[in-house]
Amino acid sequence: METIKLTYPVEGGDLIEAGEASSKMKLTLKKLGLPQDVIRRASICMYEGEINMVIHADGGQAQVEVGMDQIVIRMEDTGPGIPDVEQAMQEGWSTAGATARELGFGAGMGLPNMKRYSDDMTVESRPGEGTTVTLVIRIPQPCEA
Amino acid sequence: MMLSEIKEILNADVLWGAEHLDREVQSACGSDFMSDVLAFVKNQALLLTGLVNPQVVRTADMVEMKCIVFVRGKVPGEDIVKLAGERDIVVMTCPKRMYEACGLLYYHGLRGYCDGND
Repeated sequence: METIKLTYPVEGGDLIEAGEASSKMKLTLKKLGLPQDVIRRASICMYEGEINMVIHADGGQAQVEVGMDQIVIRMEDTGPGIPDVEQAMQEGWSTAGATARELGFGAGMGLPNMKRYSDDMTVESRPGEGTTVTLVIRIPQPCEA
Repeated sequence: MMLSEIKEILNADVLWGAEHLDREVQSACGSDFMSDVLAFVKNQALLLTGLVNPQVVRTADMVEMKCIVFVRGKVPGEDIVKLAGERDIVVMTCPKRMYEACGLLYYHGLRGYCDGND
């Protein structure tokens, strides 16, 4: 299988509607016949990333590359950036407002959840310029199953 | 446990998917905090929640839930029910509070984890 490249714009501003890009990606991964656990992990990572983008950065863009042995999700925004990435990675650390909390998010679980479900995660952030989160989800090969 | 049994035990009303009550779930979770659902749910197929907004449906969809039960008599809007229907997720509402709803299902044999480590 050749690497499949997918691009999903993430609309900012409306947290109620957030998650549409993740739903679309999940549907595509299902059509590609990937293992259920891989789809679940990729979907959760992308969904938490999407929620973060809407809460903190007024949207952005997600690029997804599906290869033979891994999925790479690159989520890029031009928001305010994360001043201290290490601090943001701690469970419970959050700068989200009341709206996010009312919807069941915003309690400092987003980035930790993305780390929990990915095999590799890098966060590049430049205060005032934006944040790029790259997530790798490995696809177990038949001999590993 | 069949969804029809869950409906009976919780005295719930079905808002979407009345024709799918023969579907079976092996475990459940109860939470109003969607990030916790995303963090800790493994194979649970039933979500009990008192939170009412579209992100409940999206969260349930991401973790392959088969059914959402809104507790405390909460009735989601048509947009939320429609969103669940599009994702083939059965929606119910029950008058019981979270603690009681979870307790009743647990008492009747529906556990928290499929592997028995609940």
